[in-house]
Amino acid sequence: MSDTPVLELRNVTKTYQVKQGMFATPKPLKAVNDVSLKIGRGEVLGLVGESGCGKSTLAKILLGLEQPTEGQVLVDGKEIGAQNRSELARRIQPIFQDPYSSLNPRKSIYDIISLPLRVHNVGDSASQEKAVREILDIVGLPARVMNTYPSQMSGGQRQRVAIARALIMKPEIVICDEPTSALDVSVQSQILNLLGELRREFGLTYLFISHNLAVVEHLANRVAVMYLGRIVEEASVEGLFDRRRHPYSDALLQSVLTPDPGMGVPDTHLGAAYPNPIDPPKGCHFHPRCAKAMPQCSQAAPLTVPTEDGRVECHLYGAQAPTA
Amino acid sequence: MTDTPILSVRNLTIDIPVGGGTLHAVRGIDFDLNRGETLCIVGESGSGKSLTSLALMGLLGKKISRRADRMEFDGIDLMKTSQRGMRKLRGLRMSMIFQEPMTSLNPAYTIGDQLAEALLLHKKVSREQARARAVELLEKVGITAAKSRLSQYPHQLSGGLRQRVMIAMALMCEPELIIADEPTTALDVTIQAQILRLLVDLQKELGMAMILITHDLGVVARVADKVAVMYAGELVETGPAADVFGAPAHPYTRGLLRCIPVPGKTERGAELGTIPGIVPSLVGEVSGCPFRTRCDHAVDACRQPIPLREQQAGRHSFRCVHPDGRAASPQEVPA
Repeated sequence: MSDTPVLELRNVTKTYQVKQGMFATPKPLKAVNDVSLKIGRGEVLGLVGESGCGKSTLAKILLGLEQPTEGQVLVDGKEIGAQNRSELARRIQPIFQDPYSSLNPRKSIYDIISLPLRVHNVGDSASQEKAVREILDIVGLPARVMNTYPSQMSGGQRQRVAIARALIMKPEIVICDEPTSALDVSVQSQILNLLGELRREFGLTYLFISHNLAVVEHLANRVAVMYLGRIVEEASVEGLFDRRRHPYSDALLQSVLTPDPGMGVPDTHLGAAYPNPIDPPKGCHFHPRCAKAMPQCSQAAPLTVPTEDGRVECHLYGAQAPTA
Repeated sequence: MTDTPILSVRNLTIDIPVGGGTLHAVRGIDFDLNRGETLCIVGESGSGKSLTSLALMGLLGKKISRRADRMEFDGIDLMKTSQRGMRKLRGLRMSMIFQEPMTSLNPAYTIGDQLAEALLLHKKVSREQARARAVELLEKVGITAAKSRLSQYPHQLSGGLRQRVMIAMALMCEPELIIADEPTTALDVTIQAQILRLLVDLQKELGMAMILITHDLGVVARVADKVAVMYAGELVETGPAADVFGAPAHPYTRGLLRCIPVPGKTERGAELGTIPGIVPSLVGEVSGCPFRTRCDHAVDACRQPIPLREQQAGRHSFRCVHPDGRAASPQEVPA
């Protein structure tokens, strides 16, 4: 791994102004709150958290679809804002969750996959067709699908088309936003295997957003846990799954239902519902749902404490830890 | 628990007319469900699991044909029950929880009205009694400030809360059978665990029988007493959860279990098992084993009718030409 991370977020914040009611004054909603992350070349960073925690907003910022309110996004050490968007699109490509809505139903598979080449004026039509044939072969689709339409394909095939479209410009970074959650179990494993192969073959870097922790554990080498716009724990995949620190990470991992009959359904102790992000709880945002909450958790926001392979934001650790 | 099952289904068959002929969506499935028991029907999309549940509730579309040698709910022949008769059963003695809490609640009515409806329809109660019962159930499914929720509309609630309302609604008349079709698929993992716990606890408390339809093997393992694995309209394997997961007999069941990464068991980054190929078309004549085109153990005999193999005195059964679900020398045989 080189020293410069291929993708870096420095104190990125995205604030939306949300109006509740016709005459109400807009209130700020911090969808992404002071997030700093680094992804090295060839790494897979898993980003996990419940719906509404800001995972997808973060993905949009990385794709240049949203501008951060504060902070910087750096690709290869250069700030994104300084580069133009088409240059960015060559280097960062998305794969979305739902292959049924992310492919234009009125375009043929050839049109869909070759669009990035045409947008960037890469090669003539003969070389574009050659590129499409190659990429179809790589993602495991027969060349004859070029003239078919998305409606004629299964969910797994569509997701392969979405992967082909993302990879045809040979990007360095792929943002996978829940790429397998709309797929059947047997298809999911095919797509996960394909993503793993492609990473090894082309040295791709993934930001892998998912709420399925079993999948994240399988594919990622680093994991960031997000809660209400903040990264509450970041660690290597071994660090998180074997020695998780944050009580929220613990609750998430306990919710994973492994196929072990007779174990019953775990009690996550996450009693209260997900808080309203417009009006987040004071102190540590997680304290109303935390089984280990202490008096200071509702008073002050926890500091970020470095750990041996990452960091954690919790009053249980570091200098702020209770001396017992 | 009595010996007579509350639900008994033999040779249930569902055909759907399509442009090019008939789609044989469900072909001759059998199962029994005892009081207080949980049956999980697991299968991939298009396997016919949701159609099966709709057939039990009498909610199939008019053009869809449903046949069965037997389909009895507590001695009532559901095949012969009229629409009016079904309406009396639904909500009162058997009720259903749907997958999408976003779309299965009526956005134009308050939570309170929708909860009270089933009770007012089936039982002689006043509006006040119905609302009191609604509050009681909302509290039971873990909704805080239950009374104030009654006047709220579905859009004012989060997904997890809406699914809790759906569960409360299904329980209003204390049904004996509850059918939950992918009740947690649209929810976060944390909420999924809470909702499943709630369902299991309520089921034990009220002694209901439950059919849970899902594609998630983790959910099945944690909740089921009995498991039925469905593939392309057939039950390929049924049995107690411990046996189906501990000693899966059908090649499809084994394949499915190899496909999912299991924290602590599957090596990180290792290649996952896959099931090559795609589900066969069920339009027109369907014969032999539907899984043979994707099966490593397929032989010529798989095109013939497939015998039902029974183990443990009929408790664990599967459909395969091989007595133990394995060919002597597994290999890819083109179908």
